[in-house]
Amino acid sequence: MAKRMESAAGAVTAIDDYLQRHETKSLLRFITCGSVDDGKSTLLGRLLYDTKLLFDDQLAALEGDSLRHGTQNGQLDFALLVDGLAAEQEQGITIDVAYRFFSTDRRKFIVADCPGHEQYTRNMATGASTADLAVVLVDARKGLLTQTRRHTYICGLLGIRHVLLAVNKMDLVGYAQGVFKRIESDYRVVAAQMGIGHVTAVPLSALHGENVSRRSSAMGWYKGPSLLEQLESAQVDRAASKLGFRMPVQWVCRPNQNFRGYAGQVVAGSIAPGDEVVALPSGVRSRVARIVTADGDLPRAGVGDAVAIQLEDERDISRGDVIASISQPPQVADQFAAHVLWMDASALLPGRPYWMKIGARLVTAQVTDIKHRVDVNTQEKRAAKRLELNEVGYCNLGLDHAIAFEAYDDCHELGGFILIDRQTNATVAAGTLNFALRRADNIHWQHTDVDRVARARIKGQNPACLWFTGLSGSGKSTIANLVEKRLHAMGYHTYMLDGDNVRHGLNRDLGFTEEDRVENIRRVAEVARLMADAGLIVMVSFISPFRSERGMARGLFGEGEFREVFVDTPLEVCAQRDPKGLYAKARAGRIRNFTGIDSPYEPPERPELHLQTQGASVDELAQRVIDTLFGE
Amino acid sequence: MKLAAMPDDNALAHGKAASGGGAAEVHSLAAASHLKRLEAESIYIMREVAAEFANPVMLYSVGKDSSVLLHLMQKAFHPAAPPIPLLHVDTTWKFREMIAFRDRRAKETGCRLLVHTNQEGVAQGVGPFTHGAAVHTDIMKTQALKQALTQYKFDAAIGGARRDEEKSRAKERVFSFRNAQQRWDPKSQRPELWNLYNARVHKGESVRAFPLSNWTELDIWLYIYRENIQVPSLYLARERPVVERDGQLIMVDDERMPLAPGEVPQMRKVRFRTLGCYPLTAAIESQADTLPAVIQEMLVARTSERQGRIIDHDASASMEKKKQEGYF
Repeated sequence: MAKRMESAAGAVTAIDDYLQRHETKSLLRFITCGSVDDGKSTLLGRLLYDTKLLFDDQLAALEGDSLRHGTQNGQLDFALLVDGLAAEQEQGITIDVAYRFFSTDRRKFIVADCPGHEQYTRNMATGASTADLAVVLVDARKGLLTQTRRHTYICGLLGIRHVLLAVNKMDLVGYAQGVFKRIESDYRVVAAQMGIGHVTAVPLSALHGENVSRRSSAMGWYKGPSLLEQLESAQVDRAASKLGFRMPVQWVCRPNQNFRGYAGQVVAGSIAPGDEVVALPSGVRSRVARIVTADGDLPRAGVGDAVAIQLEDERDISRGDVIASISQPPQVADQFAAHVLWMDASALLPGRPYWMKIGARLVTAQVTDIKHRVDVNTQEKRAAKRLELNEVGYCNLGLDHAIAFEAYDDCHELGGFILIDRQTNATVAAGTLNFALRRADNIHWQHTDVDRVARARIKGQNPACLWFTGLSGSGKSTIANLVEKRLHAMGYHTYMLDGDNVRHGLNRDLGFTEEDRVENIRRVAEVARLMADAGLIVMVSFISPFRSERGMARGLFGEGEFREVFVDTPLEVCAQRDPKGLYAKARAGRIRNFTGIDSPYEPPERPELHLQTQGASVDELAQRVIDTLFGE
Repeated sequence: MKLAAMPDDNALAHGKAASGGGAAEVHSLAAASHLKRLEAESIYIMREVAAEFANPVMLYSVGKDSSVLLHLMQKAFHPAAPPIPLLHVDTTWKFREMIAFRDRRAKETGCRLLVHTNQEGVAQGVGPFTHGAAVHTDIMKTQALKQALTQYKFDAAIGGARRDEEKSRAKERVFSFRNAQQRWDPKSQRPELWNLYNARVHKGESVRAFPLSNWTELDIWLYIYRENIQVPSLYLARERPVVERDGQLIMVDDERMPLAPGEVPQMRKVRFRTLGCYPLTAAIESQADTLPAVIQEMLVARTSERQGRIIDHDASASMEKKKQEGYF
């Protein structure tokens, strides 16, 4: 801080002193977690109360709330301080993570009070992702529970390496040392399995304030510091990162023709004007000209600094690129092994495309393979074809663009990611990159001299994909068949991919579960693309019930090459026609996962062509498809 | 150095020696100050909003938190002018000084300022004295805000809410999703890991972004002091005309304030901890007429700042309810 001029006002000196002390205090971000009724909220309320962070009016409100909803016979119920939502107070549970702030003379704290119920695991993960330390509560009467293990596992997964084990409700076991010791040694075994190296255990009673902020006289056998003292002194600094400079570009600052700055926050290493840098994944090289901030240019920027970097020459660098030191750049890849925590009610399906946000970059990612899932309660590894809510999977991930990255353990900012559903926009998963899969490095696109334009030209046509979607029996194949016949007669080179036919060969190994349907479409879309590459007009006649997969197929083709044809025939009409007798079987329960019966069909929202088949002739419908193909 | 220098009647510049040597320090937040860390985090959040949304806005309420937001926004996009306009929802019952301060700051910073008032409410004569705090706040503030967000089709609105303010705020995400009806669903918020904010919304849906989530009231004041940020002088103790109602001191800011027979406004030395509609914002008696004195009073304060907001007192869960309905 700049030195201030002498001033007569005592308040100024006092405030400057305070500012100085306030600013140099370190900050600890921690979470409290544990089973329902272990007393997390009570402990946190007690910490706020003991550190005099509660104001008089908050105390008065607490007294009122304690009488109304309290569980302590009208005595102050500290849990009510932190369970802020009306539904939480009514039900006496924590639904979402609450952030609280307090400070002592030695340290400032941001604490995330996390819910214990399994159904709110996503909220616990939200709190844990920004924490350096976890206070794990255990009820002395119950010992370690399933939830203790689950929370510890999630903490380990998200990179928390320090745990304060708070063995609570010691008053209810007569402050017995043996109980405490047993729980402590049980927990150390669990923590070690989950990669948590630093465990410190404290016996306490949150309700009575024993060993919370003051050392307890009731447990003379415990010589260690109180929980608050432990929090004040815990050393959690991540070992100084060995990584070179890295900064994801958040925003390109172009106020005028003469200035172009790349704004972002430094996530590793440091940088100074004159340093050589590389932008990834493009590999563009340059040198730092200035490090610009509103408070003046900096001679050097380090981890956490929010800056704008101006380079010596104008380069094509945009949001999501990573500017890095040229001597120690991060790896670039598009295939990864990663841990994924699934947080949505509808399951993760391999092959389905999701948005992936990592650093400042948004790409499309698919889980190509689930190697195993981990039962978050028992930590057992199991085979899985999908991930359900609150399950963790160890997966292979494929991206549509290569990205610069680091392993999560080395850099949370370039190794942690979220997945976003492309239809609902919900945040459906959080994940951590472990390493790049080798095949991404080793498989290169083979350059071919004859390209798709040349192949199409010799055929005198523009390649295209006509994607017919609709219920079984809606008339897709009948219409597509006639379209192909006419195109062929007109001298065009065509091919038809039919659902039933492909399932006899290429997709013989796939069934009709949701995940197999996704894979079915993925393969067909890839085949259709290869055929379009060969210059053909491809007709795909597949039920293709899910919007995501049709969107994925569309994404494989160039602008204007893909035309979605919605063959819209009401379910009842399809069931009546029932050319293959499938509806009858499905209704009798002899076929499972039949679209329209016990598996959903998501109609297209904006197809290029919407064919309502009722009352129209096949001739007429086929002609409309051909008109659409030729843009008429 | 001078303190509490007043460039004009409407503002407080509390002066500090220019920190010209700042650029010479080696910056690294690993060892950096708490305020610097908070500042960097807020800047990061604002840049995410600017980069990810098509039509963002910043809710500017003229108070101290808004003053800090405006300052941070200038820093975040430096050397460019802030690319995000300001929106003030004017209930027509704000302190007069706030309005003058607002217009001057918008001019000085070069930010585009949009002002919205619920004209239907004005036509119906809605006000806190005639309709009570709850109805007034709902129609002139909550509904007015929703009108403005709909009218301008904003897909993101930056606000100055902090998690230390109130219990339901403590649960809110940095990027807080609102459905097409602008409602907040506290029971199913989007998970929010690390600083990876999910900015994807469908048409009509929006996000409220809170760059000051992790700041405390004390942080705000210390930052205002350190950065020499202008705030309305209502925050400093002055002799002001007040009446006492239900134990709360209300400033008589204009002639619309109805006085009971025999009720005479008294001059008392008071200041405000928050600013809003003057009939709904209680003053506290104080001798703190400089910023350092305000900060010093705060260090020994025993009441939380929202106590001065009369709208929060109806029921403990009232803020959560108002937020669900679209209140900021």
